[in-house]
Amino acid sequence: MWKWLHPYANPETSYHLSGRLVPWFAAVSGILLCIGLVWGLLFAPADYQQGESFRIFYIHVPSASLSMGLYLGLAIAALCGLVWQWRLADSAVAAIAPVGAVYTAIALITGAAWGKPMWGTWWVWDARLTSELILLFLYLGVIALSNAFDDKQMGGKAASILGLVGVINLPIIKYSVEWWNTLHQGATVSKLGKPAMTMDMFYPFVFCFLGFAFLAAVIICIRFRTEILARNSMRPWVRQLVSPQGGT
Amino acid sequence: MSALNLSYFAVFKLILTRDLKLALRNKDDISNPLLFFVIVVTLFPLGIGPESNTLAKIAPGVIWVAALLSSLLSLDRLFKGDHEDGSLELMLLSPYPMFIIVFAKVIAHWLLTGLPLMLIAPVLAASLHMHELSYQAMFLTLLLGTPVLSFVGAIGAALTVGVKKGGVLLSLLVLPLYIPVLIFATSAIDTAAMNLPYDGQLAIIGALLVGAVTLAPFAISSALKVSTN
Amino acid sequence: MSSLPLLSAKKLTCIREQRILFEHLDFDVYAGELWQVEGPNGAGKTSLLRLLAGLSQPYDGHVEHNGNNITDVAEEYHQSLLYLGHQVGVKAGLTAEENLSFNLALNGYDASAAEAALQEVQLLGFEDALASHLSAGQHRRISLARLWHTQAKVWILDEPFTALDKQGVAKLEALILQHIDQGGCVIMTTHQDLVLAKSRCQTLKLEYRYF
Repeated sequence: MWKWLHPYANPETSYHLSGRLVPWFAAVSGILLCIGLVWGLLFAPADYQQGESFRIFYIHVPSASLSMGLYLGLAIAALCGLVWQWRLADSAVAAIAPVGAVYTAIALITGAAWGKPMWGTWWVWDARLTSELILLFLYLGVIALSNAFDDKQMGGKAASILGLVGVINLPIIKYSVEWWNTLHQGATVSKLGKPAMTMDMFYPFVFCFLGFAFLAAVIICIRFRTEILARNSMRPWVRQLVSPQGGT
Repeated sequence: MSALNLSYFAVFKLILTRDLKLALRNKDDISNPLLFFVIVVTLFPLGIGPESNTLAKIAPGVIWVAALLSSLLSLDRLFKGDHEDGSLELMLLSPYPMFIIVFAKVIAHWLLTGLPLMLIAPVLAASLHMHELSYQAMFLTLLLGTPVLSFVGAIGAALTVGVKKGGVLLSLLVLPLYIPVLIFATSAIDTAAMNLPYDGQLAIIGALLVGAVTLAPFAISSALKVSTN
Repeated sequence: MSSLPLLSAKKLTCIREQRILFEHLDFDVYAGELWQVEGPNGAGKTSLLRLLAGLSQPYDGHVEHNGNNITDVAEEYHQSLLYLGHQVGVKAGLTAEENLSFNLALNGYDASAAEAALQEVQLLGFEDALASHLSAGQHRRISLARLWHTQAKVWILDEPFTALDKQGVAKLEALILQHIDQGGCVIMTTHQDLVLAKSRCQTLKLEYRYF
C-alpha cells in the first residue's frame, strides 16, 4: 500500500522533491501570514476583558500549538527511523528540532509579553508556560545530543531515541505541571488558554495558524535538504551538485 | 551448541554482585555523591538564611532537588567504566538478553546511590527543621522515587556514554524527565505536613516507577547499542 | 559438512563520519578457514570485524550466520561467536580470576573453569592479583584465556597477538590452527607475520578510500 512512498526513501529523490515544494509552501505561507497577521493584529475586535494586548494571542497560540505538533512530528520521524530503518529519518529529526525550539521560544516570549499587561510581571509559573519551558529543554536536549557526536549517523540515532523518550514523557510532564499549578495557584484561572472566540476572532486565528504551519514547513524543507547534503557528502550526486559545473 | 548455563535470575545476580563488588572496592564512588548531597542541602540555609519557618517550608523541595542532582552526578559512571575498558561490548555480545544485564546494572546503581541517600535524608531533613509529620512521606517518596531517577537517568547515561565530556549534556537531557517525580514527591511531603492523606501522590510515583522499570531497560539497551556503534 | 558458510557478508556497506570505508562487500567464510583482513590504518579493518560480530550496524547490507541474518538469530549467534576486540574487557577493580570467571559466566560457560584457563596463559599464581596491579600484556592474556575454554565456532579476533611474547604468539597460532581443524573459522587482523598458520591463511585486502 505504501509502495508509492518507497522512491522517496532515496535521499536524492527527497532532496529534489523538497526543493520543488519550498517555493509553493513559501508562497502559501506568505499569503496566509499577511492576511492573518494584518487582520488579527490590526482589524479584529479587541477582547472585551483584555483589550488590545489580547492581540498577541494570534502569534502566541499558533506558535505554542505548533511547537507541540512539531515535537510530535519529530517523534514520528524518530519512530520511522528506529523501527523501519528509514535513512532520511535522521535528517528529518535534525531538520525539525531547531525549528520546533524556535517556535517554543516564540511562544514563551509572546507568553511573557502577554503576561506583563495582565499580571504585571514578565514571568508567571503558569501551567502552560512552564510546560512550554520544559518542552524547550527537551528540544534543546535533542539538538545538543545530535551535535555531540562526530558521526552524524550515530548522532541521529541517539537523538531519535531521546525524541521518543521525550514524547512519551511529554504528557506525563504536562499533566504533572498542570496539577502542580492548581496546587499552588488555587483559584487563578489561566487566561493563556483559548478563550471563547467569536467568528471574527476565529478566522484571523485560523489564517495565522495555517500561515505559521506552512512557514515551519518551508524552513523544515530547507533544513531537510541541507541535512541530506551533509549526511550524503560522500555520494557522487552531492559532489556533482556542489561542484562549479553543478546545477541548483 | 551448549545450553546456556544460567537462569535469568542467575545472570541478574552475576551482574549485580560484580557491580557491587567493584563499587565496594572503590568506595569513592559511593561516598562522593553522598557528600555532594549533604553539601548541596547545607548550601540552602547558607544562601537563604537560617530562619526556621522558611527552612521548614523549602525542606521537601531542597531535599528532593539535592537528591536529583546527586543522582545525576553518580549516573555518569554507570556505563562509562565498562565502555572504556571494553566490558560493555562483552555484555552486548552475551547470549543473555541485554534487558536483564541493564536491569541489574541500574538496580546496582540504585543500591549504591539511592539507598544511602534515603538513609541519610532524615538527618538532613532534621537540619532543615522539616515538619515532623513529613518524615514518613519523605522516606516513602524517596523509596519509590529514587529508583525512577536511576532508571530514567540511565537512559541519558546510555545515550551520552560515548560523548566526550558528556556529563553536562547528561544533566540537560535527564533533568526535564525528572520533573514529574519531583512535583509529586514534594507535593506528597507537603500534604503529609498538613496531616492529610498523600496516597494519591505515592500511587502516581509508584506508577512512574512501574513504567520506568518495565520500559526504560529497552530504551537503555537501544541507546547502548547506538553508543557502541 | 554443511554447505552454508559459517559467516557471510552480503553487500556490506560501512560509512563512518561521513566517509565510505567499504561498499557492497560480499564474502563468505566456511568452516575450517582462516582469514586475515589486511589494509592500511583507517581502511576499515576493525569496523569490518565489528560489523561481522554484530557490534555495529552496517549502513547497508547484512551479515549472515549459517544462512540466517545475525539480527534475527542474535542469541544463537552470540553463543557461537567469540569476539576479541582492541579493548580487553578486563576490569581493574577485579582480580584476574574474577574477571575471567565473569567473562565465562556471561557467555554461558562454567565459571569454575577460570582457574584452569588462567593456567593455559601462564597466569597461574596471579589469579588473586587485582587487575590494576597487572600489566597490559597480562590483561590481554586474561582476555585470551577464554579461547581455551569456548565452544564458539566463529572467532573474530582484532589484533590478538598484541603484547604477547614469542612463546605466547606460537601457542596462540597453534590454538587457532587447532580450532579451524575442528571445524571452526577464524577472521582476524594482525600487524605481525604469521608463522605456523601462514599456509592456511587467506587474505582479504581493504583499501583506503578517500571518499
